[in-house]
Amino acid sequence: MSKSIKHNPFIPHTDEEIAEMMRSIGINSIDELFNDIPKEFIIKKEPDFEGPFSEKEMLERISNIAVKNLYYPRVQLHIGQGIYLRYVPAAVKEILRRSEYLTSYTPYQPEASQGMLTALFEYQSLMAELLGLEIVNSSMYDWSTALGEAGRMAIRLSGRKKIIIGKYVFKERLEVLNTYIEPMGGFIKEIGYTTEGELNVEELERNLHDSAALYVEYPNAVGFIMKNLDELAEIVHRKGAYLITGVEPTVLGLIKSPGEIGADIAVGEGQSLGLPLSFGGPSLGIFACKDDPKMLRNMPGRLIGMTEDVNGTSRCFAMVLQTREQHIKREKATSNICTNQALMAVGVATYLALLGRSGLRELAEYIFTLTNKAIEKFHKLDFVKIPFYGLPHYQEFVYSVKEMTADKVLKGLLEKGIIGGLNIASDYPELGEAIVTCFTEVHSLASVNNYISALKAVVRHE
Amino acid sequence: MSEDYRQARWPEPLLFEIARSNASKYKAVTWHDEMSYDRESIIESIPKSLLRENLNLPEVSEIEVIRHFTRLSQMNYSVSTGFYPLGSCTMKYNPVGNEEVAMMDELINIHPLQDVSTVQGCLEILYRLEKLLCTVTGMDRFSFAPAAGAHGEFAGCLIMRKYHLVKGENRKVIIVPDSAHGTNPASASMAGFEIEEVQSDNKGMVNVEKLKEMMGEDVAGLMLTNPNTIGLFENRIKEIVEIIHSYDGLLYYDGANLNAIAGIVRPGDMGFDIVHLNLHKTFSTPHGGGGPGSGPIGVKKRLEKFLPPPLIAFSPERGYYFEEPDKKSIGRIKAFHGNFLVCVKAYAYLLRLGWQGLREASEISVLASNYLLSKLKSMEGVIVPFDPELPRKHEFVVSFKKLLKDTGVSTIDIAKRLLDYGFHAPTIYFPLIVEEAFMVEPTETEPKRELDRYAETLRQIIKEAYTAPENIKKAPTNMSVNRVDEVKANHPRTITLSWKIYTKRIKSKEEGEEK
Repeated sequence: MSKSIKHNPFIPHTDEEIAEMMRSIGINSIDELFNDIPKEFIIKKEPDFEGPFSEKEMLERISNIAVKNLYYPRVQLHIGQGIYLRYVPAAVKEILRRSEYLTSYTPYQPEASQGMLTALFEYQSLMAELLGLEIVNSSMYDWSTALGEAGRMAIRLSGRKKIIIGKYVFKERLEVLNTYIEPMGGFIKEIGYTTEGELNVEELERNLHDSAALYVEYPNAVGFIMKNLDELAEIVHRKGAYLITGVEPTVLGLIKSPGEIGADIAVGEGQSLGLPLSFGGPSLGIFACKDDPKMLRNMPGRLIGMTEDVNGTSRCFAMVLQTREQHIKREKATSNICTNQALMAVGVATYLALLGRSGLRELAEYIFTLTNKAIEKFHKLDFVKIPFYGLPHYQEFVYSVKEMTADKVLKGLLEKGIIGGLNIASDYPELGEAIVTCFTEVHSLASVNNYISALKAVVRHE
Repeated sequence: MSEDYRQARWPEPLLFEIARSNASKYKAVTWHDEMSYDRESIIESIPKSLLRENLNLPEVSEIEVIRHFTRLSQMNYSVSTGFYPLGSCTMKYNPVGNEEVAMMDELINIHPLQDVSTVQGCLEILYRLEKLLCTVTGMDRFSFAPAAGAHGEFAGCLIMRKYHLVKGENRKVIIVPDSAHGTNPASASMAGFEIEEVQSDNKGMVNVEKLKEMMGEDVAGLMLTNPNTIGLFENRIKEIVEIIHSYDGLLYYDGANLNAIAGIVRPGDMGFDIVHLNLHKTFSTPHGGGGPGSGPIGVKKRLEKFLPPPLIAFSPERGYYFEEPDKKSIGRIKAFHGNFLVCVKAYAYLLRLGWQGLREASEISVLASNYLLSKLKSMEGVIVPFDPELPRKHEFVVSFKKLLKDTGVSTIDIAKRLLDYGFHAPTIYFPLIVEEAFMVEPTETEPKRELDRYAETLRQIIKEAYTAPENIKKAPTNMSVNRVDEVKANHPRTITLSWKIYTKRIKSKEEGEEK
């Protein structure tokens, strides 16, 4: 009996080849290979399904669905919260498209995969410089899961269950942290700020003695950078807790690194280093820690190390400390992570290489300048309130419109072709009808002016 | 067939070694007049205590960046360049048409927090994909939140935990077979469970009698791969399901091996309650050198309320929308909506195949695996563990225990020697229950010519093992580097995880020598 392939366009065999394979095995029908499966479970009737379609038909069908989206640059886009609208350089796209990276697996055979291993070592190295911490793993799924793993690591290391959070962490990230630490008995305690924009140190000290870690983000989810950022490590370490920082990495072109402020662990979102929005995924979870043997042994995720060949004649790279990982340690592993976001790390390495020190510094200065120009312009509008006015802001800030709900403002702006920000009124009731908005290097003063004209029109009900 | 293969061998320095200050000319931003005018004063408003002084990022030119990463790519083996039969990894062809979809502006220039009215296209794709995956698996609902298989397992284990907790039961144990993927016990442990291993019987399948003894009120559930990692279908699955369900335990299906049975049998029909899929395996999306993947988690109706957000729903009045999570949900496991673009590629793949094409993929993946095994099993030094007459599914495992005893050549040596011929090695030393394991998954997309060449090469390598074993111990010699010193890589005194550590160590060494 012969078999021919009629539907699957990716099966390369001719009918003759299939017949030959069947002969070699000694079967008359492919069904014989499934004879061991209990008959009652075998699917008998073809169900409703989509396809099969040609490549052209498939592309048309998906295009027809995709155009129902409203996407940049068809709208002016001003949302952040961990995922930022970036210009993606052609060089990054070019390297990400290379199928030698794209279609390879985890580099289990280092001799066959030096390309990926070297690129990932460079990602770890570039990120180590940016973060001011020596050890960076080769990626986690995203910022939120990196935070979850950081919380677990601090709980393991300290034997304590409480994680203190400096207020204004994006709520989905906080929910993920909670999901990750809850099975270990871990829990979250939130603390706030003084009116001067400093993290409330008294509240912090009261909570520290039984805490695994303090987690702070800079800038935070409402866009400002706490002024006493560089004083926290000493306080936290005095009580035997760990300092974990979360960063949007472009800010580090301008502001002190986690290492410089004494952080033990740093997490963050790599998407903002030259990767597209992608509706939130794939992105890139950054995870780093100090060069400390105890922390290193407890670290989750894959690590690439520099070594030599067995003859000692040439430098090469390999996965290291796999004894922490699931395929060796099984239930005693530091994490279950296996597949990660390696390709995104290669994209970020390309971006950082392309911009270099001066490029990243300039990027951060641009964003800082534009954000603060925008704040000034918004502040001049008599119908706008800016709750954290006067504090140093980067990329995002909060405003509200007097006597108008955030929802109404955003809807009005959308009608004028602007996705103006995120409604955070129900997340932080103390801020009123608040909107958090966002300006990146994709924007310019012209975008600020356009936004403001639209906002004026919305307020005037035009 | 010969050893003529040569991988590229560029003497490529690291970025840090070719950096010169001011070499980077790439302009990431454009300053217009009004902004540059205020730049200095605004930057000066930042408190001094917060300002960064040093940043040691290397500077190189654009051509050097492109050349560097292109050369590195040429030193990277991939599905696009050759046969990659890693067992349990399903390294099938990644259709290039799917990549086109994932480059559409309409799909990549979308922020995850946009108003739902502006992302109807994204939601429709996920909604349609969910329906297809439900049909393939026999589940009722999927969440796309998990970014990878292990992440799906973590979610699944949390669902098992929550399911029992809401009944007021704090069940402590999850059972996994001794042949399970390492992620299974690791995920269960992360979710707060103790792990008990059920041994395989002499057929290489779950020892059902032992399982029966282990099962009790304290067991939350069983995690199972079917076909298992030996490549055998667990044909006593009905009994297994009954044993677990009789104590109200749950059955978790690890979807890593679904490529053997998609379109033929469904986990849901076998009695599984929870399933994760690896879109980067069965559904053809590329592995990206380690990721991104996608590990959607699916459940039967009665467990729907436990799923992590986001869940996508549709009504004629509202269109597509995110459903409010149930109070009993395990909670969020990742921000936003999973690895969306990976899901899009999987949807594109299913559109190309249709139901019959999916079934063909499974049939041919199983045919290819048994074909290759039929060639290997007669070779000297090769042992087929467990009943050699039982058909394997999409992958099979042989042991080189005898070869090692006869020649001193071990599985890792064979693996390295295969590289010299332009083949990627299979998965080795897994599953743990087979000594000197060599686990091959050819997939349905590998041309027969390559399968034949692979078998012939292996025959030659085995012959070499018996005649000139010292040659094999030196392998590989045709790759961009010779055999890597993994001991040195891991030694606490030499471990080097970044350029920062490298320079720190060199510096301290030099200072030591000066003294």
